[in-house]
Amino acid sequence: MPERSTITIHVNGHTVVVPAGSVVSAALLAVGEPCRMSVSGEPRTAFCGMGICFECRAVIDGVAHQRTCQMLCHEGMSVETQR
Amino acid sequence: MMRRTDVLVIGAGPAGIAAATAAAKNGCSTIVLDDNVAAGGQIWRGGIDSARTKEDPAKTKAIAALRSSGAEILAGRQVVDQPAPGVLRAVITMADGTRAESFAWDRLILATGARERFLPFPGWTLPGVFGAGGLQALVKGGFYVEGKRVVVAGSGPLLLAVAAHLQEYGAKVVAIAEQAPLRQLLPFAASLLGSSLGKLLQGARYRASLARTPYRMGCWPVAVEGEESVRGVRLTNGRRVWSEPCDLLACGFHLVPNTELAELLGCKLRGDFVEVNVRQQTSVANVFCAGEPTGIAGLEAALIQGEIAGLSAAGAAREASELYGRRSREQAFARRLEAAFRLRPELRSLAVPDTIVCRCEDVPFSQLQEHISWTDAKLQTRCGMGPCQGRICGSAVQTLFNWRATSVRPPLFPVPLEVFDSEEISISPETIVH
Ligand SMILES: Cc1cc2nc3c(=O)[nH]c(=O)nc-3n(C[C@H](O)[C@H](O)[C@H](O)COP(=O)(O)OP(=O)(O)OC[C@H]3O[C@@H](n4cnc5c(N)ncnc54)[C@H](O)[C@@H]3O)c2cc1C
Ligand code: FES
Repeated sequence: MPERSTITIHVNGHTVVVPAGSVVSAALLAVGEPCRMSVSGEPRTAFCGMGICFECRAVIDGVAHQRTCQMLCHEGMSVETQR
Repeated sequence: MMRRTDVLVIGAGPAGIAAATAAAKNGCSTIVLDDNVAAGGQIWRGGIDSARTKEDPAKTKAIAALRSSGAEILAGRQVVDQPAPGVLRAVITMADGTRAESFAWDRLILATGARERFLPFPGWTLPGVFGAGGLQALVKGGFYVEGKRVVVAGSGPLLLAVAAHLQEYGAKVVAIAEQAPLRQLLPFAASLLGSSLGKLLQGARYRASLARTPYRMGCWPVAVEGEESVRGVRLTNGRRVWSEPCDLLACGFHLVPNTELAELLGCKLRGDFVEVNVRQQTSVANVFCAGEPTGIAGLEAALIQGEIAGLSAAGAAREASELYGRRSREQAFARRLEAAFRLRPELRSLAVPDTIVCRCEDVPFSQLQEHISWTDAKLQTRCGMGPCQGRICGSAVQTLFNWRATSVRPPLFPVPLEVFDSEEISISPETIVH
């Protein structure tokens, strides 16, 4: 079977096609959706890119507080901004 | 689940790879744990390559040597605590949830690397502002920057590596702003001419891809412009301030070592770094440390220290001692690096009263100014109490106020409680006998 070179995921209800091997926070950046809203209500996106700042937390397949910079997209994944 | 091994290595960057390879080749059962999706650490981070990038042959060689050594690499494992002496526990996030695994070790090698130092200034929390290495990592992870205008700012040789890399992915780097002034950088640049050819070539490669990008020394960011996203960044050279239009800002002020795990295990620090002897052994018996936690010294040092640590852990003292000479040369490089990229005092006054210092809890600069220590500030403002556990604001307040981090507490990263509840740590006496 040929390797799939793109993956379809759902970001805040929008369907997004990303290259296979993409990390989830890159997909969020591509569509311009914030990963999370901060405690004072500011939109935040991935910052350190290496798993230490926790700015990239989002809700993945219904599970809250997942660091999206350390996670690869998989087919059909649901990604929602953490509020 | 509990496994046991002769040698456990934490971190699969260059130092951890070299350590594990040396230990396994010398007959030790060896396991390497790393929290990233694949081995390589920061400099050898994998990802989606652009048409213009090539994998570093040094990486290919090191990973092949690791594979053939018999060491086992377990990626996606974040080490969070020490449930019993001689045992470390890691957390894995899988598609079907998070679970814990424990590893009983006979000798432990810490190769946990470094992270970027971030300093707060107006606008640094806006979407479109990233760490320098942070943006590089996200681009490798599939963030598409073709045609985007990027300012790379802050300090350290990493800025050049990042800028060259972003250009390879099609971004337009409009300026590189290095806070260190030319007179501070000159001795370092001169020393590169006299040192290894590898470093010089790497520098030359960067210069070639950055031929048309201004490298402004003695120049730093004072504010990000834009309401909802980045429109530009205000830069200064101390005499005048100007605006540099851009779409993205990649900004980091050199590196700080990841010493939390070493501290949790009781390893003594010297200054900001883990103290080690000639064998790369820490103050704790059977615990070794290599790479950036022992000093910011770059790739070559990480490889040599890692190999020495692996050989020492395997009891191959003579082979280890043959590498001491090469290591001292790299350590001399580290000292020049430190002097060259020393931070200028002006960086301490970039934050204005409403600039957020703690991004997890949104604590502004004005609330911190009233306090006398980090402990005091933490209790009163929640600065450093969020999920990053002070990894970002901790090094910022150390630079801004000279406050030192207090004790490290487990778990080192937030872990859902049920993960620990579901795991039985049963240690039979023989598993912990050394
Ligand atoms: C973001 C970033 C980007 C960089 N990019 C470059 C570059 O392009 N070129 C360059 O010359 N230098 C770069 N550097 C410098 C680089 O750190 C060194 O040159 C070299 O990689 C250091 O090797 P190391 O093995 O000591 O650490 P690292 O390469 O940092 O490896 C440490 C590893 O340990 C893992 N780890 C840490 N704590 C835990 C834990 N608790 N549980 C599990 N795993 C853990 C980390 O995830 C990491 O994979 C970069 C540094 C950073 C911080
Ligand atoms: S971007 Fe910092 S943890 Fe993911």
